[in-house]
Parts: sequence; C-alpha cells; structure tokens
Amino acid sequence: MIEMTASEPRLLAGPDPRLGAEPYEAHLRRLGPLPAPAGLIETLERSRLGGRGGAGFPVGTKWRSIAGRPAGASAVVIANGCEGEPLSRKDRFLMTSRPHLVLDGAFLAQRALGAEQVLLLVAGDLGDAHAAMAVALAERPEEERRSARLITAPARYVSGESSAAVNLANTGISVPTNVPPHPRERGVGGAPTLVQNVESLAHVALIARRGDAWFRSAGRGSATGTFLATVHAGATPVVRELDAGCSLGEALEATGGSLVETRAVLLGGYFGSWLPSAEAWGLPLDQQALKGLGLSLGSGVVAALHMAGCVVCETAAVMRYLAGESSAQCGPCFFGLRAIADACERIQDGRPQAGELDRLRRWVGELPGRGACHHPDGATGFLRSALTRFGADFESHRSHRRIGALA
Amino acid sequence: MSDKLELAIDRTRCDGSRLCAELLPEFIRVDDWGYPIIAPGAIPTHLLPHGRRAVAACPLLALSLRPVAADRR
Repeated sequence: MIEMTASEPRLLAGPDPRLGAEPYEAHLRRLGPLPAPAGLIETLERSRLGGRGGAGFPVGTKWRSIAGRPAGASAVVIANGCEGEPLSRKDRFLMTSRPHLVLDGAFLAQRALGAEQVLLLVAGDLGDAHAAMAVALAERPEEERRSARLITAPARYVSGESSAAVNLANTGISVPTNVPPHPRERGVGGAPTLVQNVESLAHVALIARRGDAWFRSAGRGSATGTFLATVHAGATPVVRELDAGCSLGEALEATGGSLVETRAVLLGGYFGSWLPSAEAWGLPLDQQALKGLGLSLGSGVVAALHMAGCVVCETAAVMRYLAGESSAQCGPCFFGLRAIADACERIQDGRPQAGELDRLRRWVGELPGRGACHHPDGATGFLRSALTRFGADFESHRSHRRIGALA
Repeated sequence: MSDKLELAIDRTRCDGSRLCAELLPEFIRVDDWGYPIIAPGAIPTHLLPHGRRAVAACPLLALSLRPVAADRR
C-alpha cells in the first residue's frame, strides 16, 4: 500500500519546488525575517537535528564546540553544497528551489557563532544550483552579501569532506588533509570553521523561526523532523521530503518501487550498505536507529536494485568509481582501492584469481582507518556489506550483460 | 593526557619505506603494498627505544610518538 510519506513538507513547503528558486521577497513574505540568534544553539541541541551531509553529527553539538573557542578568536562558516555522492540529488534540488533557506541557515550560523566569513561551496557540475545560489546571494542585504563568497568546488567525491572543503578555501586544492586538527578547531585561515551541509542549514532556518518543539513534532518514534531523500525506484531518481523514521519500504513504494520487484536495496549511497530487500523494507529511515544496526542513512539515498540487476556487477562499478575518486595521497587508499576494484572486476567477469574472495575479505579488514580521511573506510564498508549479505553471488558469479543498473 | 605513548602516522606523508615495520615488528606490519598497519594502544616501556628508533628512521617524518589521548587510554 502506498502511504503518504511526509505528513507535510517543511523545507519544500511553499511554491512548487520543481519550478525553480523561490525569490527573496516571496521567501520573506512566506516565512518572515531572520530571527535574532539568541539561544539558537540551545534550541538546535534540543531539536536533535543531525547533520545531513552523511555522518549525522548533531548540529547543536558542532555549533557549541565552535562557539566555545577562545574569546576574540575569529570563526568561519562553510555551507557545504558539494554533494559528491553520485546517487544523491537532494542538495542540488534544495539549492535550486529554496536557496534562501540555505542562506538563512548560513547567516544564522554566522551570527550565532560570531563568524566573519560565510563561504558557499557548490560543486562545479551543479550548474543550476550554482546559478540559483549566486542569484539568491545577490538578492540579500548588502551586509550579508559582503561577508559571503560563492566558491566552485571540483565535482569529485571527496570535495565535500570537511577537511577537503577547508583545504579548498585555504589553498584552492580540494583534497582532504590529515586530521587532527579538525576544521572545528583549525580550519579556514587557521580559524575554527563550521562545515555544515546545505540541508542542515535549511532546517536551521526553520527551527530558528518555529522552535525545537515544532521540529520534533514531525518524525516517527524517536526520530525528529523531516529529511530530504533521493529515492531510486525507477528510471529517474526522485527527491522527496520524508518524515524521519518512516520505513524504507514506504519511501520506495511511494516512488513506485515494490518488494517483489526489488532484488536488493542500496541504503546510504556509495559509502552505505547493500541489503536484501526483505531485510531492508521495514527499516526506519532514521540516522540514529540505523547507526545502532551498523548501517547509515548517509546523505539520504535509498536505491532499489531491480530483480533484473546484479549486486556483483553494481558493486564492481561502485568500487571502480571509488578507487578513481581516491585523492591519491595515502598509499593504502590509492593502491588498496585500485586492487579491490581490479579483483571485483575479475569476479564480475567470471575469471577470479585463486583466493580472490578471501583476499578481498582480508583487505576489507585491513584498509579502514588507514587514510587521512574516511574514503577507504567508507569504500570498504560498502564492499563489506556486499560480501557479507551477498557472498554467494560473488562465489558463483559468471560473466553476463549488465542490466538494471543503478542510475 | 598521560605519560603513555602511542604511534601516530601522517598517512599523506607515508611512502611505504617499510623501515618502521623492520624496527618495531611487535607493533607494525605492512600490507600488500608495503604500507604500515599499526597495532593500537600504548607502547610498552621496554619497546619504547625501538619505537623511537622507528620514528627516527622514517625518511618522510610520517611517524611520530604522541601521548595516548585521555579518552583512549
């Protein structure tokens, strides 16, 4: 049965978001001006808003750590619109349709944290989102405009990683740096830097106006608020605003998917997990609950692999992509992911070397934690989910035409 | 902070010289590409001289000893 998946849209309330950006005047008429930032950090903590870039780190906690820097020290805010995850479309959709919610959140962060600069990072391949953010910024009052800068980030998987975002602002080079120091402690120009996903900032814009109790009034079970998901259940991915905690099956069914036609579900994107569809269908789309199960919602990607598709072929393609997206700074990531992609392709082609699967399993255990950023951790976590839940498919795979591939 | 020391590595510097693994095999082995896999935890006192030798031997200054963080003691 198809149910309504969000009780009512919040980020996407107002004019039809498919028609493009809501102009500043209309945005102000609908939502009113930005409230003063007094007490905002406490409000965010009570809202239990988690970051929407992938890791789900509590937004209020992150803001408080930067607010607690030594008196007199400067701070920087980065609105992260890099959206490197190939299966995600939601940040682009949000920036294209509601750019002023994103800017509201960024300028609220600037005021609440006493930051000077606001940097808006948008990936270079998101042309319409970049244009919408540029137009929106030009519509803002002069004092906001003068403190903000729109930066084009390379369209790479790691561009949105927080130390890579800081590195881009500092040096023009968008690769991760060794952490610590964390950007929260030492970021742009050495100043404590808030790197916050654009959807997280858009939620802040509404929470600041309506309060934490309003935010928590949406969401099922212990999950709070709504979130943007990119749902792949057919030829084209669909961005939906869903109640946090709604079931994965609901999200797919509302988008035209069905359990009997789904071979497997990819939850969380390329750093996420493959799940057998029957196991996946009842899962709550809630970052905290999923974490407890060793899973992640990532940036909100839910993708159904059709019965005609093949987990082995899809996994091999993802591993090749992730190997190519290594920023080639750390040996284990650069060499390890390339070796993994080669092995996956040999299995895909039905000509594995002796001990290939055992070696893959060993590498999956050896690579995590051995890069400056979490790229090898995410990539091997994804492969581990495939080997754990679809190991038999890897053992018996024969070469075949690749059909039913994910977008 | 504590007086116990553990190994830390800057992965962006490490070039896989394998010297550290030769000098402190009790804590460091190498993967299939020659890059170190470091066992977690504090270096026992009797191995500390070997740890310092491993740190000093790294041609790229990628390896260091640091106090074990309080939350990981």
